[in-house]
Amino acid sequence: MAGGAAGAGDRRTERLLNLVIALLSTRTWLSKEQIRRAVPQYEDCATTEAFDRMFERDKEELRELGVPLVTGSASAWFDDEQGYRVDRDAYALPEVSFTAAELAVLSLAARVWAQASLAGPAARALTKLRALGVEVDEQSLIGVEPRVRTAEPAFEPLYAAARDRQRVTFTYRTAGTGDPARRSVQPWQVTSWHGHWYLVGHDLDRGAPRVFRLSRVEGAVRRSGPAGAYEVPDDVDGRAMIARVAAGARDGEPRTARLRLAGGAAGQLRLRARVPAASAGEAVEAEVTFTDVEELAATVAAAAPHAVALAPDDLREAVVRRLRGVLEAHA
Amino acid sequence: MRRPRPPVQPSAADRLSRLLAMVPWVLEHQGAPLEEVADRFGITTDQLVKDLELLFVCGTPGHLPDDLIEADWEGGRLHIGNAEAIARPLRLGIDEALALITGLRTLIDVPGFAGEQDREALTGALAKLTEAAGEAAHASRALSVDLTRDSAPDEGSEVLSTAREALRHPAGRRRLRLHYLVPSRDETTERDVDPMRLLTVDGRWYLEGWCHRAGGVRMFRVDRIVTAEVLDADGTPPEQAVARDVDDGLFTPGEDDLVVTLELDAQARWLLEHVPVESVEELDEAGGQGRARVRLRTADDRWLRRLLLPLGGAAVVVDPPEVAEGLARAARTALEAHLAVTRAEQAPG
Repeated sequence: MAGGAAGAGDRRTERLLNLVIALLSTRTWLSKEQIRRAVPQYEDCATTEAFDRMFERDKEELRELGVPLVTGSASAWFDDEQGYRVDRDAYALPEVSFTAAELAVLSLAARVWAQASLAGPAARALTKLRALGVEVDEQSLIGVEPRVRTAEPAFEPLYAAARDRQRVTFTYRTAGTGDPARRSVQPWQVTSWHGHWYLVGHDLDRGAPRVFRLSRVEGAVRRSGPAGAYEVPDDVDGRAMIARVAAGARDGEPRTARLRLAGGAAGQLRLRARVPAASAGEAVEAEVTFTDVEELAATVAAAAPHAVALAPDDLREAVVRRLRGVLEAHA
Repeated sequence: MRRPRPPVQPSAADRLSRLLAMVPWVLEHQGAPLEEVADRFGITTDQLVKDLELLFVCGTPGHLPDDLIEADWEGGRLHIGNAEAIARPLRLGIDEALALITGLRTLIDVPGFAGEQDREALTGALAKLTEAAGEAAHASRALSVDLTRDSAPDEGSEVLSTAREALRHPAGRRRLRLHYLVPSRDETTERDVDPMRLLTVDGRWYLEGWCHRAGGVRMFRVDRIVTAEVLDADGTPPEQAVARDVDDGLFTPGEDDLVVTLELDAQARWLLEHVPVESVEELDEAGGQGRARVRLRTADDRWLRRLLLPLGGAAVVVDPPEVAEGLARAARTALEAHLAVTRAEQAPG
C-alpha cells in the first residue's frame, strides 16, 4: 500500500522517526556509529562528515520537539565515546485531562501565534494535547482572533536567549540621539506591548535593568557564554518597566484638567472625559484626569481648533507652545 | 468567512510530532474511521494516508518485517500495531509550552474578554498545562504579550464583552448598534453592524463586521466605540461579507491618495515607526540620523493634521502647499482661543 518514491520531506520524517524509536528502545547507550547503522536513512550520507552534520541537526530538532535526548558513557571506568539515548521516564506527556472548554481556549491561545514566529510550536502543542482524547468545542470562540506579529528580525534570537538565560550583544539605536551603540545584555523577558516588541534585561555596561525596543536593534544579535548563566529576579515586572519608559517616566500624581470641546467635534477627548453620547452635538466643558501634562497637551493640540485647555495653566501653556511651534514652522 | 491559511509545506518536525501524537491515540482507539482521525489532528484524509505510509518503513533497529510498525486502513478504519516504542504521547517541548502558556495568560489579562465560563476554562487550562509541561514551563516568564491596550478596567471592556455576546448569542449571531467615533473626521455616527470577528492588530482590538450604513465590511477600533448594544435581530453577515486580510497591517494606501512631503526633525523621527512612509531621504550631510525628508500617502488630510499638530513644528509639511496652509490655519485658530483664555484670566476683577 506504500505510495511510490518518497519525497525528501518524507525521507526526513522517516529518518527522525526511526531515530526516536532506536533511541527509545535501546537499553544501553548508543554510540554515533551504532546510530548510523540503526537508522537506514543515514545511508544517504556519503561521508562521516555529512553524517555528523545531519545527526547534529536531527538531535537539535528532536530536542525542540520535546524529546528528552540524554548523553552519557557506557562505562564509568573508561573514558568511552559518548553515547545517546532517550530518557524514557521523561519522554511521555503526564496524564492530564482537559475539558472540552479548556481545550477550546487552548486552541485560541495557540491562534495568538498564528502569524508569528511561534506558530509552528503552538500548533504542534495543540496536536499533542488533542491526542489526549477530548472532543473540542470551539463554538463559543468563533469570531475571536487575538494575535500578535513578530516582524522584527531580533525576535527569535532574543526570545531564545531569554528562554535559555544566555547573554547577548547587539547594536542598538537609542530613541533620543539615534546613535547606534553596542550593548551587552542578560535578557530577562521579551514582551509585546502596545503592538511593539521589547526586551527587558540587565544591561551589563550600565549595570542596571534596561528596556530595549526590538525595532531599534540593528543587524545580528550575538549570543555568547553558557545557557542558564544568570537568574532572573523574581520581582521583575516587564510591562510596568516598559510602560514607565514609554511614558517618559513623567508620571506624577493624577490631576484634573478642564477643557472646552466644540459641538460635534473632539470625539476622542469626549470619550476620555466620558461625556454622554447623547450630548455629542453640543459644545461642552468637560473634565479629564491626567498624569502626564505633555501627553494631554498633545491630545488637545491634535483636536485643534475644536478643543481648548481652560485649566490648569501649565497644560494650556504646553498646548500653546505646540501650536505656536506649528505656526512658526509653516510661516 | 476567512479560514486560517493552510501551511505551505508541512515541515518534517510537524509531521513527526503529529505521528508521535497520533500513534498513541490510535492504539487506544483501534478501528477509528480515517475521517475522524484526520479531523482530530487537523489534516485531510489524503494527508493522513501519506503520514501513515511513512510508518511502513519505520520501526526498531534491524528493520526486518517483524520490527516495522504495522498500519492498516482497509475499509476506512485504522489499525496500528507493533508500535510499543512510541505508544505513549510525547511531552511538550519548551517553545510549545511557552507559546500556549503565554497565549492563555494573554487572554486572561484582557478585561471584558472572558465571561465567567471562559475564565474558568482559561485558568483551568493554564493550571493543567503548567503541570503537564513540567520543567518546560519554568522559562515561561521569558515571554509575554499584552493585549490590554486601551482597555483599562471598565473602559472598552464593556464593548468587548457586548461584542462577544452578539457573536455567540444562544439565538444565533445578533446585530449590534454602535456609536462610533471617526477621529480623522472627528464625528460620531450610529451604525448597525453584523459582527464578523473580534481581532487584534498591533496590540489593539478591532471589531470587523458588515456595516449596514456603509453597505460594506468595516473595521471598528474597540476603543473608539462609544456605545454598543445587542439588538434583537439576526446578525448573520450577508454572503458578500469577506474579512480583510490584515497580515500586513491595516493601512493600505490607495492610488488616489494625496502624496505629502514632510521634513522631520530628529525629535519627530519616531513617526517613521508608526506611519507607513513611501520614502525617506536623510538631510544631514554626515548621513546621520538627523533631519529627514519623508513622502507618505494619505486619503484624508484631517488625519495628517491630527498627527502633526501635537509635534509643535518638529514636522513640517513641505508639499502640497494647501495642506501646509490648512495645518497653519487650524493652529492659528486654536492658538487665538487659548490666548483669549489666558487674557481673560489675567484681566483684573
